[in-house]
Amino acid sequence: MIRIKLIFISLSLITTICVASSIEARIIHREKSLYSNVLINQKDSTLCLQFSIRRNQRNQSCLDLNRPNVFVLEYVRMMMAAIATEIDPRSILMIGMGGGTIPTAISELYPTALITIVEIDEAVVRMANQYFNFVPTKVMDIAVQDGRVFVKRAIEDQKAFDIVLLDAFNGDYIPEHLLTQEFLQEVKQILSQDGIVIANTFTGSRLNQHESATYNSVFPNFVNIKSGASRNRVIVAKNSQSEIRLNFNKLPATTDEWLRKRGVDARDYMKTIEYNPSWNKNARILTDQYSPANLLIH
Amino acid sequence: MKDQKHSPKRDDLIGKVDKYKYPMYVVKEEGIIYTLAFTGGFVIMSLELLGGRVMAPYFGSSIYVWGSIITTFMLSLAFGYLWGGRLSLKEPSLRKFGLIFFIAAFTMYPLTLISDDVMNIVFNNIHDPRYGSLAASIILFTIPTIILGMISPYSVRLLVKTTHSSGQTAGKLYFASTLGSALGTLMTSFYLVLWFEMFTILRLLTITLLVLGLIGVLTHWKNK
Repeated sequence: MIRIKLIFISLSLITTICVASSIEARIIHREKSLYSNVLINQKDSTLCLQFSIRRNQRNQSCLDLNRPNVFVLEYVRMMMAAIATEIDPRSILMIGMGGGTIPTAISELYPTALITIVEIDEAVVRMANQYFNFVPTKVMDIAVQDGRVFVKRAIEDQKAFDIVLLDAFNGDYIPEHLLTQEFLQEVKQILSQDGIVIANTFTGSRLNQHESATYNSVFPNFVNIKSGASRNRVIVAKNSQSEIRLNFNKLPATTDEWLRKRGVDARDYMKTIEYNPSWNKNARILTDQYSPANLLIH
Repeated sequence: MKDQKHSPKRDDLIGKVDKYKYPMYVVKEEGIIYTLAFTGGFVIMSLELLGGRVMAPYFGSSIYVWGSIITTFMLSLAFGYLWGGRLSLKEPSLRKFGLIFFIAAFTMYPLTLISDDVMNIVFNNIHDPRYGSLAASIILFTIPTIILGMISPYSVRLLVKTTHSSGQTAGKLYFASTLGSALGTLMTSFYLVLWFEMFTILRLLTITLLVLGLIGVLTHWKNK
């Protein structure tokens, strides 16, 4: 009996996989913007934003139309879990907008926090509005400009942010001036005293090593949240010298509940936090003088 | 008729042998001039690519930053061609040709010393990043690029022997210098930025220009 059941289960699994893979993603919007090829494709009820036509291109932002509250992508779940560990942040800066999923979620989680979004590509802002139900609220401010320039001006204007989110990596091409020691030092200058940086980055290339060395040179106590399946790495770093403790187990009940409704079980990430990340100590630090990130990724 | 001998009109020269007022300055080492022009082309494009890198921390990598740099380089090269051509009218020599490379090196080297200060000042005073990047690139790159632009027309003057072959000579010269530009672009963007720091590359370019200038001047003395 068990045997028959097993066969039945595996058969149905195979069929599901076959059917799922046979449904091709359909491109519903395609445009050449100043900075990339912006594509919106749809597979079943899920819309995704991509920046290149390549098939295995990773998605920047996805929305499941049937379950619009749920975070489809792993890195968004990881970043949101990290954001949720902060207590009552007042001002948040997000560099790189994607579909606008994260700012929308933050404004639900922290309704009074001021959210500044910096996005270089006007087309991305338009796509977020048009396809990803992104509606800027009173607490949001969107600046269409280069992230580095924004941060430099923010230093001049003595702005301070409790959370800085870095997610400016556009598919194939990495903005090399947003990955250097000097940039991170500038980001550090606009962090409030207990401010925190949460960055979505890469694994799986030698750039990874250089990136760790660079973060370490500015934020010696940085922490990784990794996910094996999706090969994502989220770096969490703090302005103060104090150690970072991401207590996903001790989130306030309402926050935990809120995360769960959106598909995030923060406890899952307790196992994947690296408090003492290791990297190749010979890797050169990326600086404004030396930053061949796009050559190092291959 | 006497005047025409000094400044012959085009119509008078058609179908006749070109007997110009000034004696031809004959250069035996044609290869050296082509090499110098080739390397000049290399340096120009390498500098242009590094220009984008130098400006990114202050003005980003938006399309207008590249627009500013390309505008600056095109304008500077235009005037470099004009003035290089004019300079070649007066007693052209390999020595003066070599001096152009020395001057180019001396105007390029300060970039490693002043670029951050210049960009800080521009950044603080011009808030629109389009005009900021244009101002910074004009201040930083105009002078060295004008000097580098003088190389091509001056090379033509040193190489041309007859009006008949002048087009071919100019063609070969453009070939060499543009080939140099292509290689400069490729080497800088594929390899040099991976191996060296940006200012190290600038210093290497400066040294290259000095060596080339020296070769020009030494060859001139040898032929004397």
